Amino acid sequence: MKMKRIEAQLALMREGFLDSGELQKYLLCSAEASGAGPISSFGRRDFLRKAGLVFAAAAGTGLAPGLAGASEQAAGGNEFIGVLVDTTRCIGCRRCEQACAGAHSLPLPATLDDNAVFEKPRKTSPTQLTVIDRRMTERGPVYVKKQCMHCNQPACAAACLVKAMEKKQEGPVVWNPNCMGCRICMVSCPFDVPMFEYDKTAPKLQKCDMCWNRLTDAKQPACVEACPTEALVFGTRRQLVVEAQKRMAQFPERYIHQIYGLRDVGGTSFMYLSSVPFEQLGFRTDLGNTPYPEYSKGFLFSVPVILILWPAILMGLFRLTRRRNNGGNGKD
Amino acid sequence: MSSTILPAEKTSLRSLVAFVLSELKPKGRLLTPFNAITAPIILIGGAVVLYRLAFGLGAIGGASQEFPLGIWIGILVMVGVAFAAGAYILTFVVYVLNEEKYHLIIRITVLNGFLAYMFYASAIFLDLGRWWNIFNPIIGNRFGVNSVLFLVAWHFLLYMLAAFLEFSPAVAEWLGLRRIRRMLGALTLGAVIFGITLSTLHQSGLGALFIMAKAKIHPLWYSEWIPVMFLVSSIFSGLSVTIFIEAVVRRWYRSQLPAKYLRSIDGIVVGLGKGCAVAMFAYFFLKVLVLTHGRHWPFLATPMGALFLVEVVGLVAVPGLMFIKGVRARNVAVIRAAAVISMLGIIVNRLAYVMIAYKWYVPWAERHFPSWMEIAVTLTIIFMHMWVFRWIVLRMPVLRDPPEWAVESGHAGAGRAE
Repeated sequence: MKMKRIEAQLALMREGFLDSGELQKYLLCSAEASGAGPISSFGRRDFLRKAGLVFAAAAGTGLAPGLAGASEQAAGGNEFIGVLVDTTRCIGCRRCEQACAGAHSLPLPATLDDNAVFEKPRKTSPTQLTVIDRRMTERGPVYVKKQCMHCNQPACAAACLVKAMEKKQEGPVVWNPNCMGCRICMVSCPFDVPMFEYDKTAPKLQKCDMCWNRLTDAKQPACVEACPTEALVFGTRRQLVVEAQKRMAQFPERYIHQIYGLRDVGGTSFMYLSSVPFEQLGFRTDLGNTPYPEYSKGFLFSVPVILILWPAILMGLFRLTRRRNNGGNGKD
Repeated sequence: MSSTILPAEKTSLRSLVAFVLSELKPKGRLLTPFNAITAPIILIGGAVVLYRLAFGLGAIGGASQEFPLGIWIGILVMVGVAFAAGAYILTFVVYVLNEEKYHLIIRITVLNGFLAYMFYASAIFLDLGRWWNIFNPIIGNRFGVNSVLFLVAWHFLLYMLAAFLEFSPAVAEWLGLRRIRRMLGALTLGAVIFGITLSTLHQSGLGALFIMAKAKIHPLWYSEWIPVMFLVSSIFSGLSVTIFIEAVVRRWYRSQLPAKYLRSIDGIVVGLGKGCAVAMFAYFFLKVLVLTHGRHWPFLATPMGALFLVEVVGLVAVPGLMFIKGVRARNVAVIRAAAVISMLGIIVNRLAYVMIAYKWYVPWAERHFPSWMEIAVTLTIIFMHMWVFRWIVLRMPVLRDPPEWAVESGHAGAGRAE
């Protein structure tokens, strides 16, 4: 039910028909974006998925790999939604931190006026799913919001053996309580996002879920709603890219010509604009553009092959060596 | 000797139960140095496990946000499974290649492998934050079929079954279950082939777990060849542990050893050493190849490079040469020393992936070091493995000859009856 509703909402959002409520105000509905059909890389993926199923069937086992589906968009043709973070607009007011804590029933930050929190770079934690960091750069202090990047092809979801980390068709990566708490998602995440509640007996993996519950009620993520400077913009990835490019074109002296997250690790739903090279903001720029699940694909493909070939080869070896031994002994 | 312990055949369930109960009693002295050291540690470790279940992983200093995996995964799972590899390699040699020579040590090796999986793979349970969900990947509370860990989890479970089937003839002989013994014997070859296939995949799969930690593992350790490296190193790891266990057996369980064991065992150890030498040099050259291919030579001049050299030269190439020397001179002592050094190399290698080369850029002060409680539990699991191992070796026909009635012809499932 919930899924159906959000799908309908998002379809409306994409078409630009959702004219009531706060969503519309913040949605960036450029004519090109709303009019065009979904970009299709679907054919190839579909083929690969089918090939994977054939492999699995041939191996006679459910252990064979399927293929991580999503690349630019979900299989249904939905475009992923996301948030554009314009670090040149962020004033470090930390209202997003406050809103985030409120939306997730986590302890609120004690005070928003205390600048002491900026002295050292902070990390997100099980009780702070987003933090604002102040980075000293060649162009003075810059405030950077940190949270889950919501990768198009998330390593955490590919690593999870029970699909507790789940990439929703709409784009957010959310955690489910069927999780075993093995923490392989933490090992795999290139951004070190999932946080484990070590001090609890029933620990959860905590991370930004792009306010999945609010999205299903057709509300924006709490941080976006709380942002007073529109440093955070919510929309489909395509709308966000168009908006980012527009800003970079309009104010070339204000931005470096790069959108972090456009291609990095195969693209992410949170994308960033900056006035200085991203290294200075504490971003890793050495992660490459390959989606992380691609790295383990080679191994996973070899699994059904070995499952088929090994028993046959071993059986052959057994027959050959037995015959040799028997021949030598003059038996049989 | 065995005929006095083993009744010919249990006819009723009641006599079977009575027999098992009588076997539960300890044999030999209770107060030995080994018991005196291990028993208190096992008690402490057990208490820590309860404490961990009651108060969470953080309470025992298990791991941190930066370093999600500690020594329970590092030592028990990663090293423990690599050490258990002897079972799949020796079953390959004995049952698939039909190398009868190694039949003498097949049961002890399979037993050790099976117990290692029982204890070390199951140690994952302790490390799971939400341990009550441990069967989710099995019962399908979502099958994460794209996940390497999903494969490893299933393979652990299936391999435990295969290893138990491989060992089960000894259990049936112990219980005097003749018909069941015959049936189990017929299953051995199938279990062996299944077990080798599973082992190939999950030994390499343990390495593949780190493939997505590309951004976090030092380039000297990271390459797309990690799964192959793990598989090849598991070969000499398993063989080295087999050599080590043989040394323990000859020292502690001499009374169990039949005369023909003592006659031919040195030749067997030399053969194992030969296998180690070949696998280690293949591994060494793979390491050099990957190093060269990745153009990572400059890293050798860094502190991490020094550790890499210690591992690859000191703990792989050197014991490799020692194996060659020991094999040529048929010197069991040298082979045993080489085996111990190789085992050390495996420990360093697996810990590198879990916590040393993992996030090598994190400064020393913020790194994760195992807490005493983690170490106590690790020792507890190892000692429990040794206790159960001893209990079985002293009761079942693992080292000593199987009972007369079980001696039969046929390769598959013949135990070492021939």
